[in-house]
Amino acid sequence: MSSSEESYSYPDESDLELGLGLSLGGGKTKTKTKHLVAAGGGGSWDHYARILTAKDFAGVVSDKTSSSSSSSSSSSSITKVNTSGTKRTAESPCSPPGRSAIRFSYGSSQVVGWPPVRTYRMISMSNQVKSPVTEQLFSIDDKCKSKNADTPNPNHGSCKNNNISKENGFAKTSLFVKVNIDGVAIGRKVDLNAHTCYEALSRALDDMFMPSASVGGRGSNMEKQSSVAGKRQPVRFHDGSSDFVLTYEDKDGDWMLVGDVPWEIFLSSVRRLRIMRTTDAKGLGMRISTLS
Amino acid sequence: MDPEPKKGDDSPSNSCNSHGPLHPQSPFPDEVLEKVLSFVDSHKDRSSISLVRKDWYNAERWTRSKLFIGNCYAVSPEIVARRFRRIKSVTLKGKPRFSDFNLVPLDWGANVYPWLVMFAKVYPFLEELRLKRMTITDEGLELLAKSFPRFKALSLSSCDGFTENGLKAIASHCRNLTEINIQDSITEDVGGGWLSCFPENFSSLEILNFSILNGDVNFNDLERLVSRCKLLRVLKVNESITLDELQRLLVHGPRLTELGTGSFPQELTPRQYEDIETAFCNCRNLQVLSCLWEATSVYLPLLYGACASLTFLNLSVAPLQSGEFAKFLAHCPNLRCLWVIDTVEDKGLEAVGLSCPLLEELRVYPADPDDRDHRDGVTELGFLAVSRGCPKLHYVLYFCRRMTNAAVVTIVQNCPNFTHFRLCIMTPRQPDYLTNEPMDEAFGAVVKTCTKIKRLSVSGLLTDQTFEYIGQYAKDLETLSVAFAGSSDWGMQCIMEGCPKLRKLEIRDCPFGDAALLSGREKYERIRSLWMSACRVTMKGCKLLARESPRLNVEVIREEGGNEDQALKVYLYRSVAGPRKDAPPFVLTL
Repeated sequence: MSSSEESYSYPDESDLELGLGLSLGGGKTKTKTKHLVAAGGGGSWDHYARILTAKDFAGVVSDKTSSSSSSSSSSSSITKVNTSGTKRTAESPCSPPGRSAIRFSYGSSQVVGWPPVRTYRMISMSNQVKSPVTEQLFSIDDKCKSKNADTPNPNHGSCKNNNISKENGFAKTSLFVKVNIDGVAIGRKVDLNAHTCYEALSRALDDMFMPSASVGGRGSNMEKQSSVAGKRQPVRFHDGSSDFVLTYEDKDGDWMLVGDVPWEIFLSSVRRLRIMRTTDAKGLGMRISTLS
Repeated sequence: MDPEPKKGDDSPSNSCNSHGPLHPQSPFPDEVLEKVLSFVDSHKDRSSISLVRKDWYNAERWTRSKLFIGNCYAVSPEIVARRFRRIKSVTLKGKPRFSDFNLVPLDWGANVYPWLVMFAKVYPFLEELRLKRMTITDEGLELLAKSFPRFKALSLSSCDGFTENGLKAIASHCRNLTEINIQDSITEDVGGGWLSCFPENFSSLEILNFSILNGDVNFNDLERLVSRCKLLRVLKVNESITLDELQRLLVHGPRLTELGTGSFPQELTPRQYEDIETAFCNCRNLQVLSCLWEATSVYLPLLYGACASLTFLNLSVAPLQSGEFAKFLAHCPNLRCLWVIDTVEDKGLEAVGLSCPLLEELRVYPADPDDRDHRDGVTELGFLAVSRGCPKLHYVLYFCRRMTNAAVVTIVQNCPNFTHFRLCIMTPRQPDYLTNEPMDEAFGAVVKTCTKIKRLSVSGLLTDQTFEYIGQYAKDLETLSVAFAGSSDWGMQCIMEGCPKLRKLEIRDCPFGDAALLSGREKYERIRSLWMSACRVTMKGCKLLARESPRLNVEVIREEGGNEDQALKVYLYRSVAGPRKDAPPFVLTL
């Protein structure tokens, strides 16, 4: 069995910059892409996706050109972005099926592989243990009310009744659906009933998949839903180099862009969510304008 | 093909032709030796047996039916196929353990396919395949499914590379399957459709564990499968199965010895509640209960009826609070093994100390490893409480944010029988939080008091003194994990010189350099493997070692950044197969 590694060559990463956001390798030029580690290859990732701002990296990690990088063994072993190229289509028996090989960026307080806890634990626990956080999101329901004046939102007055968190020990009216983001094998779950409008959901997902974005400034990575003169826009995430769009699978099995229908109708027909790359979402038949 | 390999020239009874069937110095004929050896299972015993003399070596190789290969690169499929002719069960382990924590790049290797090709040729009557930290593709699973008509048991622990299609092949073709066990393996979104692919007349399954898979499952097909597999004793479902659905699967309740629940529902009618409660009470023989996703305290009491004979409770993916946890424990008097999340806090561990006198193994996992939410978790007090109430404790894995030397000294006095002591103080290089001293005395106490210690993971602020203690006292130590510890090369030298039974050593972020690496040059052929990352080892040191040790594979994993002289990730292991041929471009074999 010959090694067929040549088509999976270790790319020259000289142009990579660290930590400026999530992006996935498929089809993009190598120069500007960051890569997330898909949870494959036995290398379970042990950190959530983070969009890091430049300040996270000030003075901590240097790029390839600096010779002082990781030369000190007393520093945390922040692993350089390390990829095995883009998705393969042709498979040989000796190699794993096509996967985006992507790696998370790390903040200054994070160390690769430490503490030594496997990914699947962290994902499922983050879903469960973090649920008290949903309470914070209710503070924005006032904002929802004013920003989405044209959105009928009968829930807003009673949204607090939806606040059934784990701490009461009784998840009576939760509506957990799975959320997957392209390129990452492990999905998460979000309680849709914990939110009253699309914007709240966006923020929650933003927190979940790109948590440090909220440190830099909420909404800076998100296109607000009603930003364009009352017209509904698809809910999007964007990281500067690749756009993501939030989509959902409805009761009929069709994939739709989130944000099209009134919130309540969305709740009644949504089965699961997917944060899709804009390039892949084009097949949804909606015109997706690129952000300026 | 004839299951009995024809006795050829190298068969035992012909091996001593010149002396006739009975070797004059052998006390008994080869056939007797073979018969006796067929009762020897342990691969370690068999290794010893094979070293006695040539006819014992031959008798052993003809009678070995279970193959255990702790490092798939230590040997090659060809070598194995030449030596052993009648293998029915294979266990293969691949990647270094630190691959679980993202320290090993993707596509590093450990693909089982070449092994499967060889097995298909030489061991067509293979019945079991158990893989750990290996890559198995759908092609591999298809080959497996079609090449071995007697195939029975597939166990994939921490593996990757496959999708639903591979599992469909297994389900469709393996008529005699008794076990499908998928643990800790991370894959792409693997659907549950393969569970619908078992033929209607298929009924041999005894062990079914798909708890880690995140795909949806056709419940009706699963229900039919479970009800016709009358020998089913282990059932672990994934989170797509809710408790009310699980209840319908508990039709074999009394036969089940291990159960993994799915997710808890949002609401239950009183009728459903009753039915589930009854179903669990019916599981009278349950020994292992696990996987309580999103367990809510309202529904936990449903499980109480199944806990009377429980010996192993796995709550490692179910964050409970101390109150509900304590109540649960009250129903599990026979626990020997407990895995929990630190949301139970010290108070929960006090309950463990009070309710679980027979406890032998405790694992406490962190809910918040990155300290994002600043939760308290557990401290030295919880560990102390357990040690006071559970004198039989011998295995511990404990993640915490603070610890003291004094606490550990007391803990090992209470529990001197530790064989596995894995303490992870989550902040690197953290000292004793009361005295601000290094944690040297803690681990010193462990190795001095626990003479049977086999596995040790150290953490916190540690100087070379810790390693002096380990080298001096831990004479039975087999596995050692070290991170962010030590002051100089001397630390590692103490280990290499002092621990005669060491088999696996993994080190990261320690100030050990070439001198330390080379101090072990005589020892490396006696250990399975050594991992060193983010230490001070250089390429020069690695090359020197490689040159001196022809039977060692010294591999350096190159990553971007860092200068050319540094060997940032070194993995070395003994091998009779020479340098591996499938090394990806970023792995340099020196």
